[in-house]
Amino acid sequence: MDIHEYQAKALLAEYDVPIATGGLAYSPEQAAYRAKEIGGGQWVVKAQVHSGARGKAGGIRMCDSEDEVWEAADDLLGRRLVTDQTGPVGKGVYRLYVEPVVPFGTEIYLSMVLDRQSERIMLVMSGSGGMEIEEVAETDPDAIVRISIEPAVGLQAFQARAMAFACGLDAGLVSQAEQLLLGAYRAFRDLDATMLEINPLVVTEEGRLLALDAKMSFDDNALFRHQNVSELRDKSQEDPREMNAADRGLSYVGLDGNIGCIINGAGLAMATMDMIKHSGGEPANFLDIGGGASPDRVVKAFKLVLSDERVEAILVNIFAGINRCDWVAEGVVKAMTDLEVKVPVVARLSGTNVEEGRRILAESDVELITAETLAEAGEKAVAAVSWEAN
Amino acid sequence: MSIIVDEKTPVIVQGFTGRMGTFHAEEMIEYGTNLVGGTAPGKSSGGHLGLPVFDTVRDAVNETGAEASIVFVPPPFAADAIMEAADAGIRHCVCITDGIPAQDMMKVKRYMRTKRVEKRMTLMGPNCAGVISPGRALLGIMPGHIYAQGPVGIVGRSGTLGYEAASQLKALGVGVSTSVGIGGDPINGSSFTDHLKSFEQDPETSLVVIIGEIGGPQEAEAAAYARDHMHKRVVAYIAGLSAPKGRTMGHAGAIVTGVGESAAEKIEIMREAGVGIIERPSDFGAVISKML
Repeated sequence: MDIHEYQAKALLAEYDVPIATGGLAYSPEQAAYRAKEIGGGQWVVKAQVHSGARGKAGGIRMCDSEDEVWEAADDLLGRRLVTDQTGPVGKGVYRLYVEPVVPFGTEIYLSMVLDRQSERIMLVMSGSGGMEIEEVAETDPDAIVRISIEPAVGLQAFQARAMAFACGLDAGLVSQAEQLLLGAYRAFRDLDATMLEINPLVVTEEGRLLALDAKMSFDDNALFRHQNVSELRDKSQEDPREMNAADRGLSYVGLDGNIGCIINGAGLAMATMDMIKHSGGEPANFLDIGGGASPDRVVKAFKLVLSDERVEAILVNIFAGINRCDWVAEGVVKAMTDLEVKVPVVARLSGTNVEEGRRILAESDVELITAETLAEAGEKAVAAVSWEAN
Repeated sequence: MSIIVDEKTPVIVQGFTGRMGTFHAEEMIEYGTNLVGGTAPGKSSGGHLGLPVFDTVRDAVNETGAEASIVFVPPPFAADAIMEAADAGIRHCVCITDGIPAQDMMKVKRYMRTKRVEKRMTLMGPNCAGVISPGRALLGIMPGHIYAQGPVGIVGRSGTLGYEAASQLKALGVGVSTSVGIGGDPINGSSFTDHLKSFEQDPETSLVVIIGEIGGPQEAEAAAYARDHMHKRVVAYIAGLSAPKGRTMGHAGAIVTGVGESAAEKIEIMREAGVGIIERPSDFGAVISKML
């Protein structure tokens, strides 16, 4: 689960990570009022969306007066911000964060991730932080330093100091950096984060370290033990179909093709999508109906797949282990009857109770194309689409 | 021979008396697994399915000599159950549970490494279908009837895709020595490489199939191991050629985040290491039967 910048900052502040005093705004009036509250003569108005690269997309505005804050807020609110990371649809801007402009010198890059190679939390830093960090990673990889953290003892002060020195921080800043890194690590560990990024972490003209931006993602599997984190979920930032699916025990990812997929198991789902591609077609989605799927869950899967208007055929591929082909078959028949499915449906059932499942399909009134093997299923689905097209 | 389990291996179920534990315990007994009991803390006064129930894994090991366990404990408590098994001297543990927090698994891996190598437990999963040595024993949740006994070793992340492979083989009269699921989580117990090592030693296995997918470094490690240390032939299928970058495809671990993690890159790495590539997921049977 992702959260907004202002939420990440509020969490990190509780762990001794220094942040600027900012304010949240839902309207231009509120934004201008926040600027007045914060004081000073220069502010930055930041679109709160679940994406990086907001600056380059025009989601971060520098303002020299309260009127400018109002105008920037008016312009940003309600707009969809399209960044390098959001895809062409972009993400809706419904919240703004107003912060004072803080003059700074050095920009540091700081992130923590769960590293699959070492199976540990890895701390990544660079003395060349800022908007161009991805370029730095490519052109000057030595400017990026990494350490993996021993989970039993956690991040140690000497490691934090070594990272600070490696980023070229002045000796006078190292104890501040040590506090900040130890705090950020505790936040990552205590809250079951999967990603934390502070870019840039700056040295202000007054000689203080300050997190100017903050991004955090959390392990969905651990949300059960973090009420304070799960409350930060913002559904306006999620794909409505994927969210809908997740709330119904289905795992769905929308893609660009026209063959809808209803599969059990993530691996088989990916393989079936690949099979469609090998047969000359394009999958419209990834969809895993999971184990022990009831006829009802199958109907919900059909609804979800059909909510994508580009879908011109549906391929159902079930290899039942803890699932039951008879339940799936009942679901297919019910979906096709109740939902008046107009696109061709190819069904391939295998595994537990397959005879019963095939009998249910054969004895029903619904019109469907059956397949025995994975290859046949892929070919028939692709053929069904091209036939419809002609 | 087979790897991990055979018909003699004494097995216990952790989370024995729950709905999942009960259902699959019955299936495993039916298949011929030497199930000797199970654990359910606080329920040791009664038996279950005609077998003893223990409060702790240590009690179960002491009383029954259990060497393997299978975990059906819910996600918040599953990591703890795995560590309990590791501590009690279980040699092989399968964790079926899906949804264990990644940092819990980090702790589990760290804890397992505190045991001496010769006493260290091998963990399959979490979020896997388990292990089957066809005709001998089932330590998992797969439908037994789709597997024939034979010379092909299978190690894969996905449950249902493993079923697909096994049934394609059976349709062509080809059997399996052992099929191992390592699970779809980002941090898992044992890797492809761990099981390649065992298959290389197993006299009944003559060829090994890797069923990999997008995300993570383990397929590439396995390719290097196969190239440098294996005499047996290895073939691989990598799922997710049509998966976009940065999107999680069902498995928490199936997400391309770094270089070398896409299906195309993994296939290239495998090919360079001399691992045979199964291009289409419909060709497991055809490709493998020709190689035997």
